[in-house]
Formats: sequence, structure tokens, C-alpha cells
Amino acid sequence: MSERFTVGLIVTNRHGVLNRIAGMYSKRGYNIDSLAVGETEDPRISRMTIVSTGDEYIRTQVVRQLNKLYDVKLAVLLDEDNSIAVEHLLIKIRTNGGGNGAITELLNDYGGKILEFGDHFIVADLTGKPEKIQEFIEKCVPLGIIELCRSGALALSTGNTNILSIKDYLPPEA
Amino acid sequence: MLMTGAQILVEELIRHGTKTIFGYPGGTVLDIYDELYKNSHRIEHIISAHEQGAAHAADGYARVTGKTGVVIATSGPGSTNLVTGIANAYLDSVPLVAITGNVAVSLLGKDSFQEVDIVGITQPIVKHNFVVRDIAELETVLTEAFYIASSGRKGPVLVDIPKSVQRATYEYTGKCSPQKDAQAPMPDITDAVEAIKKCERPYIYCGGGVLTARAEEEVLALSKRLSAPIALSMMGLSSIPASYELNLGMCGMHGKAAATIAQSKADLMIAVGVRFSDRATGNVSEYTKNCTVVHIDIDEAELSKNVRPFIELCGDAKLILKEMLGSLPEKRNDEWIKTVLKYKEKDEFETGAEQFRPKNIIGCVRDFSEDDTVVATDVGQHQMWVMQHYAFEKPRTLLTSGGLGTMGYGMGAAIGGCIACGRRRTVLFTGDGSFGMNLNELATAVSQRLPLLIVLFNNGVLGMVRQWQHLFYGERYSNTTLQRKTDFVALAKAFGADGCSVSGLSELRAALERGFPDDGPFVLECRIDMDEMVFPMIPPGGSVRDIKLG
Repeated sequence: MSERFTVGLIVTNRHGVLNRIAGMYSKRGYNIDSLAVGETEDPRISRMTIVSTGDEYIRTQVVRQLNKLYDVKLAVLLDEDNSIAVEHLLIKIRTNGGGNGAITELLNDYGGKILEFGDHFIVADLTGKPEKIQEFIEKCVPLGIIELCRSGALALSTGNTNILSIKDYLPPEA
Repeated sequence: MLMTGAQILVEELIRHGTKTIFGYPGGTVLDIYDELYKNSHRIEHIISAHEQGAAHAADGYARVTGKTGVVIATSGPGSTNLVTGIANAYLDSVPLVAITGNVAVSLLGKDSFQEVDIVGITQPIVKHNFVVRDIAELETVLTEAFYIASSGRKGPVLVDIPKSVQRATYEYTGKCSPQKDAQAPMPDITDAVEAIKKCERPYIYCGGGVLTARAEEEVLALSKRLSAPIALSMMGLSSIPASYELNLGMCGMHGKAAATIAQSKADLMIAVGVRFSDRATGNVSEYTKNCTVVHIDIDEAELSKNVRPFIELCGDAKLILKEMLGSLPEKRNDEWIKTVLKYKEKDEFETGAEQFRPKNIIGCVRDFSEDDTVVATDVGQHQMWVMQHYAFEKPRTLLTSGGLGTMGYGMGAAIGGCIACGRRRTVLFTGDGSFGMNLNELATAVSQRLPLLIVLFNNGVLGMVRQWQHLFYGERYSNTTLQRKTDFVALAKAFGADGCSVSGLSELRAALERGFPDDGPFVLECRIDMDEMVFPMIPPGGSVRDIKLG
């Protein structure tokens, strides 16, 4: 059954790494729904979270193919029950010079906050599960979205398994 | 010791056991070639006619020796000319280190003369690649490159070294060791052993992984222990002697009918070092309908990729098979053997004994060769005929382009293979189409005085494509009738080689008896009928039910 799945990766922080990982997805015909990458507590190592869609076959292939890449130290499937995924949204919504009651109410409901009041717009941010972000965006559509920016999901395991600790993957000290 | 980048490279090549490298000089590798000049007593460099030929030669050299092949090319077109050779090595899991020069670091990314992003270009066709922007990394990178190429599932690694890095100096230790992957635990073979004990009609399917793991003896022992016939993928050919009674030969699209039929009747398949290519399986769901699959491979991503096995065993084939042999009792199964041998008997279709046809031509050349003669092929009908009819007895005596199907592979591979086997007589089977692609390497074989026997099947057409046009495209022979007027004997002579043309078996035998020069290539042109076809054939996506026998 085709469904969304999230892969967490520990990778070396080198130029070209992103290209290699994205290249694996594209050469095998798998789509990346979102990808987030950033340095870890050690700048030599980065952590990535990649969300894509596929059945069990694709999930297994993605993880196995990723683990073959030289720069990938570890790639694991982060299943929904044992991990937490959060996404960050920045959004600019039209206020048309009128009141912004509807927007404020919506933001309160979703736990977002306003970062800037403009003449005809507000800029707000919101973090939460990707589905919640999606829902929020859909509710903003009738209000008039000027532009928005999503971070892509960030995921961590919540249990004792699939913990992507970098300490086993640090290069030896020179 | 303080050394230049070019010196570090040469020292690292030597430290990794490299005796011969293949390549072509150019602007951004001048420093490397200068070092090769100074070290010519320590490392041999073979210059090809074209970088593609050098890449195939390094590939052929690696296949024969089992060691990592090395090829060097300059930046820009030099490096792009390697691409087909690198892809070929990638698809066939051949250990290869490709060294490319590039423009100075300060000129990188500025579309400088002869600059291309070769690391970007080759990314999908290498195990890994590096661009060394800082000489401090060079020694480590080269150590890693050799380790990556020759560990796990082997394959090509490219190292791009800008000219400024070749000229810079740095302290060389000569003691760098690679960051090795953690040793994968031995898989649990209990379930596999139980399944094998229970089965009634076992079948062993071997691929190139058997040759890389050097697990030939274990496979043979397993076959004898279980009364299991063996079929080979094209990459697995030569791993098991053709003379072994239960060796059914190649399976797949143009495989032996016995191999296909026995597979369809088997209730358990032990697949060793194979990746179940579409050319080998045909229709995958039909393929495993009747049998349980135990799949042994060193690359975890190959398990369940094309065929869903009942049991996955990820690891070194030799170690796994050894452990299996320790737990499997002898199981005679005369009924199954009798059935299988009956299929095999039917396979031996006769061509008229004196007809000048591929099977007989290959038979004559085989009689002339030794069991350990290295045989290279190009790609097309002649390649399939060799796979079907040439009796390979010794491992690593076959050089052929499996996964990529590279027409033009043969000349380079034969050169590399010939040098690897101590410059003894090496045979290349080729076709007029394939030969036309890289015949420039005749120049290399001449200058290297290599005793290559080039058996050229000349039918004046692109036979394999024409065969498909005949069978599936209503005999519309679009662009496969060549109408060339190449005089191959004159061509050989123009290159400084020799040759002759034959069109009958007695002429062929006479030529073989006369013998060939020991100090240069010989082109033996065999003029065959353009309507010769390769049978058996299972049409693409078909199954055992669709075998065409002729």
C-alpha cells in the first residue's frame, strides 16, 4: 500500500552529499515530498529527514539503497508510532487593510504567532505535524495567501530504537 | 616525506599493488604523466587510442586478475570519454579506480578550457567519487577510493584531481588505512538450511558474485551434495566448468532451454551472487511461481529488488555457502538428475557438421584454445553465440559486457585481459558492428605487440537488432543493413597487424592450424550469413512457455 514514509539519515557534511542522496531518489524514480537538512552538534556530520511516498517495496529499497551511499552513515525508517515529525511554516496572509480577527482566531486555534504586521498583510509562523500545517494552509486559502514557505518535516525517534546518534559515525581525529 | 600531489598519486597506486595502468595523457594530467615517466620501472602505463578503450582495458584487467583496475584521463573530453567504460564497470560490479585531471582549483566552476563537472556527470554510475580540492586530503581519498572499489559489492570509483593539487606539495605518510565498514554479522542460515533439506527439486543459479567471492568450489560442492543442477547468468559464466555434468549453461533470454525448463520445474532455487536482471528472468511473476527462492548476495539492496525471495541471506557468498555445506547432509536425487539431464540432452541441437555457422566456428576456435585462454566478446549476436557454445572451463576467462551491453567493449577488454594474463594468446569474438565502434584500439594492440586473435563475425548487418526487427517489427530492417565496403584484412594490415578472411570451415581450420603471430593482433574475418539468428530466445517479458527454439 502506498503511503507517506519518513527516513532519518546521518550523513557526512560535505559538498555534493545532497546531490548524491537526491540523485538516488531520482535515478530510481522515487519522489521526494520534503527534505530537511542541517548540521548536528558536530559540524562534520549532518542530519537529514526525507519524506516520500511509496509501498513497502519502495520503503525497503529506499533505505537499502541509501545505506549503500558512501556519505550516508546510517539511514533508518522512522515509523509513525515511534517517532515525532514536526514542520515549520512561514506564511504571509492578506489583511486588505481591514481587521485581522479571522486570521488571529485561526492562529490561536493552531498555536501560531504573528511575526510582523504589514499594511495589507501579516507574517505568521506555525510549527506542528505536517498534516496540521497542511490543514492550516487550506484554511488560509480563502483569506488570501500572498506567499508561504514550509521547512519540510523534521523527525526524531521517540522510543529506544532507531536513534540516530552521531557518536558512532564521527571521523577519527586527525 | 614531502611530495607533490602527482608523486603521492603514483606512490599510492604502487602501494595498492597496481602494476599496470591504462590511460591517455593531456593538459591537466601532465604532472601525473611526468611522474609516470620517472617511475616507469615501477609501474607500467599502457596508452590507448581513445580513453574509452583505456577504461575497458582497465575493466578487462580487473576481471582477469580480480584486482582493482586503474585508468587515467585528462579533464573535459578525456574524462567524458571514460563515462561508458565507468558505467560498464558499474553495471558489472568491476573494481575500477578512474583518475581524472581537472583544471586548477582557482579555475573550477568557471567553464574553463577542458573543464567539465565529471564528478556530477558520473555520480549515478559510480560507487562513489571524489574531487580533491585540497592536497591534504589526497592520500586519504586515494586510500578510500581503493577500499571502496574493492570492498563489498565491487565497482568503480572516480577521483578528480585538479592540476593545482597535482603540483602542490604535502607530507606523504604511505600508511593511511581506510575507514572500514563494520563487518556485517554472518546471517542466520537455519531457515535456509531447513528449506533446502525439505525441497525435492533444488536448482542453483549463479551470477558474477560467485566469481568475485571466489565461491566456485563451494557452489560445485553444494550442487553435488544436493543433486542440484546449476544454471549461470551471463556474468556467472566461467565460474563452473562447462564439462560438469549438472552445469546447464546460461539461463535467460538466450540461455539454454534446459536451464530455463529446469528452473520452471524446480521447487527451490538457491540464487548466489545474482541480481535477477530482466534479461535473466523474463516475466518475474511467472519466474518464481513454482519455487521458493533463497537469495545470497553481498548487496542488501539486491535482495527483494527484482525477485521477492523466501529467504534473504546478505553476506559473502563463499562464507555463507561454506556454513551451509557444514549443515547440509548428502541428498541423492536420481529422479531429478535424470529429468534434468534429459532436458540437457535435448539442448544439443545439431547444425550440419560442416556448415560454416556460428556454433561450428566457435567450436573450432575452442579446439584451438586452452582451458585458461582469456576470451573477450563484444555485444550482439556473436556474444550470445559465444555464451551458448564456447565451453568455459576456468573461472575469470570470460570478459563480456553484461549489464550495460556495451558494443565496443571487446577491443579494450581483450587488451586489458591479454596484459593481465601475461600477454599470452587472448581471443576476442566480435561482430562487424561492435568492432566498428572501437577498432582504433588495434593500434594499441599493435604497439603493445599483443597476441590477440580477433574472430570477427561479419554478416554485414547489425544482427541482434535485425533479429528483433525480423521477429517483432515486420521485417522492416531500419538502418541495420550496413552496406559498408570495409576490407577488414586490409584494415588490419593498415594498422600494422595481419589478418585473413574465411568463409568455410576447412579454410577456418587451415588458418587455425597455420597459427598466428605471437607479437601482434590477427584479424580472422568469418563471413557468415546475415539471416543467422540466436536461438533459443524467450521474447522480452516472456516465460518458459514462450521459448522459441528456431
